[in-house]
Amino acid sequence: MMPLAFDLFLCGLVLAVAVAAVSGRELFGSIVFFIVYGLLMALAWVRLEAVDVALTEAAIGAGLTGLLLVGASARLRRLQAPEEETGSRKARAATAIACLSIAGLIGAAVLLLDPRAPGLAPMVDCSLAESGVGNPVTAVLLNFRAYDTLLESTVLLVALLGVWSLSDERSWGGHGGLRQYARPGGVLATFGRTLPAIGLIIGVYLVWAGSKQPGGAFQGGTVLAAVWLLMAVAGVADAPRVSNRLLRLGLVAGPALFLAIGMAGAMAGDFLRLPPEHAGNLILLIEAGLTVSVAVTLALLVVGPPQRDLPHGEPS
Amino acid sequence: MNTWYLGLAAILLLSIGAALWRVHRGPSAADRMMGAQLIGTGGVAVLLLLAAAGGPEAAIDVALVLGLLAAFASVAFAKTATRSGLGDPESDAEP
Amino acid sequence: MSVLDLITILFTGAGTVFFIAGTAGLLRFPDTHSRLHALTKADHLGLGLIAVGLAVQVASPLLALKLLLVWGLAVLAAATTSQLIARVALPPHLERQKENAGQ
Repeated sequence: MMPLAFDLFLCGLVLAVAVAAVSGRELFGSIVFFIVYGLLMALAWVRLEAVDVALTEAAIGAGLTGLLLVGASARLRRLQAPEEETGSRKARAATAIACLSIAGLIGAAVLLLDPRAPGLAPMVDCSLAESGVGNPVTAVLLNFRAYDTLLESTVLLVALLGVWSLSDERSWGGHGGLRQYARPGGVLATFGRTLPAIGLIIGVYLVWAGSKQPGGAFQGGTVLAAVWLLMAVAGVADAPRVSNRLLRLGLVAGPALFLAIGMAGAMAGDFLRLPPEHAGNLILLIEAGLTVSVAVTLALLVVGPPQRDLPHGEPS
Repeated sequence: MNTWYLGLAAILLLSIGAALWRVHRGPSAADRMMGAQLIGTGGVAVLLLLAAAGGPEAAIDVALVLGLLAAFASVAFAKTATRSGLGDPESDAEP
Repeated sequence: MSVLDLITILFTGAGTVFFIAGTAGLLRFPDTHSRLHALTKADHLGLGLIAVGLAVQVASPLLALKLLLVWGLAVLAAATTSQLIARVALPPHLERQKENAGQ
């Protein structure tokens, strides 16, 4: 009785916040509602017992998306970009009907599934012992369906290249974003020095714990990206130059390592085949590489395209 | 005990819902940000109670991550309120 | 119902009461800065009491420490954001004073 009441109320809240985010008249209000939506979705994922997804949603929805959207809206206001006129009544009505029908179709598809069908869980449980890890989600992501994860990590890299391509010709190769400043000894600077130390420990803990309990490379990498961004916002660290060799090495380390291990598996049998006796260590190695790459990629995605410090030293 | 935890969690959800009104109404952007901050802390409390009520124990990790990153949107907002968007709200020196 | 259970019920109940009080303050107080006061009560006391109430129930001390770490992070975040938001939300006549002093 009580769990049902809780779940129903949570669903109601999620729907209300989603409607408020989409139909708000003011941009900043919609952004805050969207951040709250991410928070509530993390709660919903926990109720659905998908804690790995909840971790990622909490890290990205609460942390990175908040930074990104608030910064973007402030930048738009500063540039005094004209407000987009909303489309005609008919266009909006058609969009609303299309969204509602898609939501209805997805809902129907989910409800038509047989709740008693075991799905793939028994197969995963059978093979879990040979996968090298104890967390079934990590086993699926990095062993049974490693191909998908390899492609996902490459997609992140391609997205970053897309963002970098937005910089103008003169700033290419320079620092991402603009130089931030914080009063030394002030509240912001102290926060930017205290939190990242704790965040580093939590990020590494999440990657390490991902083998036995919910966690993993994406979650840990996102937390690391977020605390690094905090250091940049508080003026403690500066965004590195895009042409920095070490940076580029960090970006490709994850996918490259993953690919290399896959190729080694190809020479021994199948592409991305992890022999059971080494699977645990190989997965840890792949996760270490992925964490670094995901952290650097996500941080650079939020920082934005290169905007200053041209290679020949002129401010843009 | 589980019923007690879930009951408290439901009450906290109610108070989160009430805070949404401040996000909707808040005349200034700072009010909206404060509403979001309260909802963040409320979410952390709900997650702790869910973890205690027989939900997955790893919900405490989710609460940890949420607590770690709760302030980020507010910090970003405070920075954007400075004149150039790059300075410190506490001082007038600009880069 | 053991003593520990009673303590947990007491602490978590009190924490929830502070949360409700904080939310009521956020909704009812007249201006931004007084609402900030209400917000920090909920953040610090509400979450703290709930965390302590749950910490007495867990078996391992490491888990209890994790609960208190969650509270510690919330306190750090709330302290920082309340200072920053208070600055951002300065009333107009103080903003002018600040600008005049800066020039």
